[in-house]
Amino acid sequence: MKYLDEYRDAETAQKLARAIRGLTTRPWTIMEICGGQTHAIIRYGIDGLLTKDINLVHGPGCPVCVTPAELIDKAIAIASRPGTIVCSFGDMLRVPGTGRDLLSAKAAGGDVRVVYSPTDSLRVARENPDRQVVFFAVGFETTAPANAAAVFDAHRLGIPNFSMLVSHVLVPPAMEAILSSKTNRVQGFLAAGHVCAVMGWTEYEPLAAKYGVPIVVTGFEPLDILQGIHMCVRQLEEGRAEVENQYTRSVQREGNVAAQKIMTEVFQVVHRKWRGIGEIPRSGLGLRSKYAAYDAEQRFELEAITVDEPKECISGLVLQGLKRPHECAEFGGKCTPEHPLGATMVSSEGACAAYYRYRRLIHKGERP
Amino acid sequence: MTERNGFPRTGSNGAPEDDGKNTAGTPVEFSASCPVPISEYPQILLAHGGGGRLTRTLIDSMFVPTFDNAMLDAKHDGAVFRIGSCRLALSTDSYVVKPLFFPGGDIGSLAVHGTVNDLAMCGARPLYMAAGLVLEEGLAMDTLWRIVQSMQAAAKKADVQIVTGDTKVVDRGKGDQIFINTAGVGLVETSRSLKPDQVKAGDTVILSGDIGRHGMAIMAAREGLEFEHAIDSDSAPLNGVVAKLLNSSAYVHCMRDLTRGGLAAALVEIAESAGVQIDIQETAIPVREDVRAACEILGLDPLHVANEGRFVVFVASEEAEEALAAMRSHPLGATAAVIGRVQEGTPGLVTARTRIGTTSIVDMPSGELLPRIC
Repeated sequence: MKYLDEYRDAETAQKLARAIRGLTTRPWTIMEICGGQTHAIIRYGIDGLLTKDINLVHGPGCPVCVTPAELIDKAIAIASRPGTIVCSFGDMLRVPGTGRDLLSAKAAGGDVRVVYSPTDSLRVARENPDRQVVFFAVGFETTAPANAAAVFDAHRLGIPNFSMLVSHVLVPPAMEAILSSKTNRVQGFLAAGHVCAVMGWTEYEPLAAKYGVPIVVTGFEPLDILQGIHMCVRQLEEGRAEVENQYTRSVQREGNVAAQKIMTEVFQVVHRKWRGIGEIPRSGLGLRSKYAAYDAEQRFELEAITVDEPKECISGLVLQGLKRPHECAEFGGKCTPEHPLGATMVSSEGACAAYYRYRRLIHKGERP
Repeated sequence: MTERNGFPRTGSNGAPEDDGKNTAGTPVEFSASCPVPISEYPQILLAHGGGGRLTRTLIDSMFVPTFDNAMLDAKHDGAVFRIGSCRLALSTDSYVVKPLFFPGGDIGSLAVHGTVNDLAMCGARPLYMAAGLVLEEGLAMDTLWRIVQSMQAAAKKADVQIVTGDTKVVDRGKGDQIFINTAGVGLVETSRSLKPDQVKAGDTVILSGDIGRHGMAIMAAREGLEFEHAIDSDSAPLNGVVAKLLNSSAYVHCMRDLTRGGLAAALVEIAESAGVQIDIQETAIPVREDVRAACEILGLDPLHVANEGRFVVFVASEEAEEALAAMRSHPLGATAAVIGRVQEGTPGLVTARTRIGTTSIVDMPSGELLPRIC
């Protein structure tokens, strides 16, 4: 396939892997931020190509994985009410809240629909004027502009039966939380290419300077990731800590200004809970007061629902790169993609699901 | 894909093939003291019909132990048994596809092809079919007419006759326009046993053509996704190409048609049933460019996407060339390709040599295919 096969070439991959080996003089720990990158690393066995000195840890960049159980419970509560329709991206449906997932809510009679874009949920709202239509807005900066545009349009077109359950999160505060932690082991980052396509990379420059870590904006194909690692290792070996861009075909320094404008119009920065990690200050997006009428939490009076995460699940440690999926006692036993204990086992981008799907037999019995 | 819900694949019953005796175990009575064996989900989810792990769990933990007989245990596409001097195959399938009409087919032709293909996978020549129609009150007569016409056209093309049937109508809102169940019998003319347990280390794995078209055609039609050129379903009767294969001198060990769960589910099922490891080469698997692109956009793996006119063949390696030539001599096997090999290795494991030269595990999908968020 044009524009993809070029980035999955076996010979070039081996060449890059050799170059990384040639460059590496000591062990380095690098975190890829985005779940899409984790999926590609495990799916293609990229870490298997690398020298043992390069330790890849899987970051918190899977939107499904970091959406707190509390918000899933709220979505289920809405879906369980008569006269409502909950619209969501597909892979959110299988993520367990405290007790159930949205698929179970659907089986119990709730109207839960998979949409491909928030605009689809606006269409559902217009087609069902006598029902309350709620879009479950999860994701990082990547999905935020389209979600903002949906609220903006609902306001402009006057669609009163539409609202949004907002669970947006931001990458830089999560990176800062990891870097400022006493237990941090991460020495370099592959930043998420799609997030940077929207936001650019200026907000990463202070992080690189303050914590002395190289940050490489990286794409999602095997060669992108190998090249990103190569650039990151080179900086580490040379003692540099800069923001560099591997994903030049999609990302510019200032990002997508039009997308940022609509985000700023509709959303403001808020404190946000992350699944398995807890609250990170100023790490999410919420609706501005001008658009508060479209806030599903207010419309359905759900503020009272608060929950704790399941105790067996170590997804918080996995998302901070402190544990690997197969180091969990429940991995592949009590916790499988069919019966996930935590969200990292749900989405194909989640580190645990990726390990389970492509690794479980290799790591069986291994307890490092 | 959920168009084939219910009792998939293992819809077989009756006496086992080898001794002709009914070996059904002690009857199990369901009473208040007999708990439902699946405790994890108190209700049926759509994913239980998705053809992946949850479907498997339902079959293995509820249906197989309850109906308990040797033929069902074989976990094949249909049951093969002996009546007098004849070996017969019996199979059934239900169709709840939405939309009813899609590029490359409709629920009527699909209902015929599915059962024809299940019989063909047992090595049988499909002969007669039964059709049960569940109609929703209010269904347009014209729609039903088109579907019935399509069923007849598909039956004629596959050289089978629909010889009996049943019609039920449910209240408006209690069905989704039309559900179809078909069952079929076929004559097994080969003396070979074509079952998963015949698959051996060293066998070559052949795939009959490109994968993923049916699933993507349905998903595009269902979700209103528009691609530059519509992807048409691969729905087709496989008995013609299977006849070519079985009439060749190649010694076929097992065949499996790819339906829900895609190539991945078919390979994992065979690897588990046969107690072998299967290694495939990712670059050897034909996937059309438009299907690959659509899968990329939705974050799906073509290996997990449904097919309705494709199958895999396990054949002794020294006869793989003959099998390949026989399949390629039929239009439905024109792009058949060797995709891998059976190893002793780890029973139940399927691995893929990836495009970049590394090895990864191939797993069956968990349930319904859910598009990824980003």
